[in-house]
Amino acid sequence: MSALLEIRDLHLEIGTGRAALPVLRGIDLVLEAGEVLGLVGESGAGKTMVGKALLGILPPAARITQGQILYQGRDIAAMPAKPRLALLGRDLAMIPQDPMSSLNPVIRIAGQITDVLRRHLGLSRRAAYERARALLESVHIREPERVLRQYPHELSGGMRQRVLIAIAFACRPKLIVADEPTTALDVTVQRQILRLIRDLQANSATALLFVTHDLGLVAKICTKVSVMHAGRILEAAPVAQVFTRPQHPYTSALFAATPRYDRPAEALTPVPEALTARLWAEAAAYDAARAAAGVAVGGRAADA
Amino acid sequence: MPLAYLVRRLAMAIPTLFGVAIVDFVLLRVVPGNPIAMMIPPGASAADIARLRAFYGLDQPIPVQFWRWLEALLHGNLGVSIDLRRGVLGLVMSRLPATLELALLAMVLAVALGIALGVGAIYWQGRWPEAVVDGIAGLGMAIPDFLWGLLLVLLLGVLLPILPISGRIDPMLSTHFVTPFYLAESLARGEFSLVGSLLAHMALPAVALALPLTAVIARILKSALVEAMSQDYILMARVKGLGRARIIWTEAFRNALVPTVTLSGVQFTFLVGGTVLIERIFSYPGIGNMAIDAVIGRDLPLIQGVVMTFAVLFILINLLIDMTYVLLNPRVRHG
Repeated sequence: MSALLEIRDLHLEIGTGRAALPVLRGIDLVLEAGEVLGLVGESGAGKTMVGKALLGILPPAARITQGQILYQGRDIAAMPAKPRLALLGRDLAMIPQDPMSSLNPVIRIAGQITDVLRRHLGLSRRAAYERARALLESVHIREPERVLRQYPHELSGGMRQRVLIAIAFACRPKLIVADEPTTALDVTVQRQILRLIRDLQANSATALLFVTHDLGLVAKICTKVSVMHAGRILEAAPVAQVFTRPQHPYTSALFAATPRYDRPAEALTPVPEALTARLWAEAAAYDAARAAAGVAVGGRAADA
Repeated sequence: MPLAYLVRRLAMAIPTLFGVAIVDFVLLRVVPGNPIAMMIPPGASAADIARLRAFYGLDQPIPVQFWRWLEALLHGNLGVSIDLRRGVLGLVMSRLPATLELALLAMVLAVALGIALGVGAIYWQGRWPEAVVDGIAGLGMAIPDFLWGLLLVLLLGVLLPILPISGRIDPMLSTHFVTPFYLAESLARGEFSLVGSLLAHMALPAVALALPLTAVIARILKSALVEAMSQDYILMARVKGLGRARIIWTEAFRNALVPTVTLSGVQFTFLVGGTVLIERIFSYPGIGNMAIDAVIGRDLPLIQGVVMTFAVLFILINLLIDMTYVLLNPRVRHG
């Protein structure tokens, strides 16, 4: 029995030829049904790219040069468009980072929930509308009837993120990518949204790939953690283990840089520059070794 | 659409029209040439000329002339054409429907073609159809409507004579129209041979008028669609598993229409202005053709009346475009 999601040795570059920039350098991930995996790293670590590669929404300049993204044993990255689109929205969903820009400004909320329901579940207009209303109730939106008639600009950021969460869970997907789902929100709203995601996830046994830079959030919601830097996974382990006995010095440094209520803010220490420099040097050495081994930068393996 | 907004916009049109009237009136009387010189036979005596000038009120100072004209206008009287010796209002009203039908057909053509080209370019972005659309848009904008008119006459009227190049309807078709809206009337009467003849006569002038607007709409819509397609809500739609055609039409298109309507709005008035020369080229019996005759004959009251008619048309078109903009953009609608 294969895992729900298994990413094997994923390499990704942005640009082509001499200008190609390696972004992911051999990512490995395993996510079982119902698990919550925290993908942690600084900005630029490539964690967002992992989620985008999985959902097939990479920017035009980005290319997967090696590796596989196996969903229920099938490689999504190599799948033709039609079966891939059938999976998106039904099996795989996303909670985006910025709720302000992720809803279409000229379409009423109802239309933006029912489209995915009708696309994948073949519901009638009426049934989809009823389902959308129930979904809004499930994300604790009062007066769902009114909200369904409204346009996105009439809702607050927290409300919009609730709508987007309702859309993500609409077709009862097996896996949701949540990319910094609370970063763009007010601090007071962040907690509510996080709790909402956690509750819905637990009730539906949906697997969650939780992309974040915030170790505090990871502790609250995740079962496993993968720590990323420069497109590599430095450490992957269950949450309890990472928090009590971090194996990699970078993980420890991240902890030291994370604010905690039981520790005054002035005790925070940034990740040491020497450590980051060493990690980048390792990444560069990795690229050089690949180049020497005949894997051209900007292309697939020279000869299989 | 709040009624108060409409009323305010219409009220704002009055000073605009007044300004147009003053500028037009003064310019016509300052430029060389006068209607009396155009109508008198050679050898007319100075007394005859003075009598004619007094008859048409042209011996008065310009402010007095203007005041008389304005007074008559407020009574719904646009004066009498010096050349044609008929009321200006009646002349304008008999010719305007032909122009409106032509301009409307050209606009419908331009909007339909422009949207098809703009959307097509995005659907096949990065492949050859996009380059074709860019080429068409470039040509359409570089060549003005009257040049398109002459090119079309040459190509489809002379070298490959498949379409008529003059008039509004085949004179052999004996019919009597109750209204001056020939196209609308024959459609309503269900007489499709008449519709066919009218459309055939309008085809070339309408295409010539439509091409520059088509190009502008295609170009602006295309860049607005590029912008819309890069938004986060498009990523969201892709993650919902919606197909590309569906995403372009339902997610991006309506968002792209807002800037397209705003930016191409002015071009619609250019199209109406373009009818003047196009009607001349195709001997189309509209108001523009009459305007040129009026200018040649220095027919001051008729020129004045035609200019005022165009001013009203421009104001109405701008109002319609602004209303479309409000309808398309829910953020403004509720604001």
